[in-house]
Amino acid sequence: MKILIVDDFSTMRRIIKNLLRDLGFTNTSEADDGTTALPMLQSGSFDFLVTDWNMPGMTGIDLLRAVRADERLKSLPVLMVTAEAKRDQIIEAAQAGVNGYVVKPFTAQVLKEKIDKIFERVNG
Amino acid sequence: MEQNESSQGELESTLKDHANKLVDSLEHGNFAEAIQVIYELNQVRDRGLYQEVGKLTRELHNAIVNFQIDIHGKHAQEMSQINDATHRLNYVVEMTEKAANRTMDLVELSAPLVNGLSDEALQLREEWARFMRREINADGFRDLAKKVDSFLGRVDQDSSQLSSYLNDILLAQDFQDLTGQVIKRVTALVTEVESNLVKLVMMASHVDRFAGIEHDQAEIKAEAEQQKDSSRGEGPQMHADKRDDVVSGQVDVDDLLSSLGF
Repeated sequence: MKILIVDDFSTMRRIIKNLLRDLGFTNTSEADDGTTALPMLQSGSFDFLVTDWNMPGMTGIDLLRAVRADERLKSLPVLMVTAEAKRDQIIEAAQAGVNGYVVKPFTAQVLKEKIDKIFERVNG
Repeated sequence: MEQNESSQGELESTLKDHANKLVDSLEHGNFAEAIQVIYELNQVRDRGLYQEVGKLTRELHNAIVNFQIDIHGKHAQEMSQINDATHRLNYVVEMTEKAANRTMDLVELSAPLVNGLSDEALQLREEWARFMRREINADGFRDLAKKVDSFLGRVDQDSSQLSSYLNDILLAQDFQDLTGQVIKRVTALVTEVESNLVKLVMMASHVDRFAGIEHDQAEIKAEAEQQKDSSRGEGPQMHADKRDDVVSGQVDVDDLLSSLGF
């Protein structure tokens, strides 16, 4: 299971990376915004994308749209982990095809729950 | 302010007076007097306008002095309080990042110690259970006793190491005091700048009034709306529990998504 973590803050990437490792996902890579993430996704065989929303360059929602528009990436499961908490934004993300949405600040338990749910659905 | 109101009062009363006079003169066919009245009206308006522009200029100057920018200095930009505030906020970002990384370093150092102790304890427990069931011979027991001895030594050493890591994690939180102070100072500056700007805007509105300038409020509003683009993201929301358009936690997010068929 290869996972890409996209967040502009290195501390947040590190937190998510540590939590994922605790959940048994050790093969993770990092990117600091959508512009650097998209080519990584296109060239590396990632199985899962965890992304923030608010980032300089390309935002998470634009990255999500780009992923869904890409023939080879369109079925990649995407979990959004973000401080964006407006109802309109969550609806926007859902319409763009997000698989899960976690608002910051979050707990390890919530992250695990959402990831389990996504894979349950993908595999089921 | 009082001066402003009196000069506006003067403008209005002169306007009323002169309007009546103007109508009077025109009705009586006294065009020379009518022109004179119009001239006087213009003068009152101009005087008011000059006064307000003068006040606005003075106020602007005061505001600049208040911002403590040396406009003639070589380092005008570096000297500004806003610039100073930017440096201070960058310091907050650096401090919090450093603390977060330090904490995570220590957690990453602690986790293997805890895991190691727990693994070894589990293994010893199994062997101990075998000993209790008398499944171990004398040689095996000597072996087990050695293992217990080394485990106790390890517990002693690792737990004091862990306790020192925990202490360091505690100390890494000392940024809160420093960053709190910095943020409070910057907040005070922002409030001060805002109140100075509000004063300037009020001054400028007096000028607008004398000059008869009207701003297209709808256009200004539309421009402000345009600058807001939800896809850029807005960052954390304040007072989420008191607002309807914002979720107040993961439970709300899950409810909303499940209402959308997720």
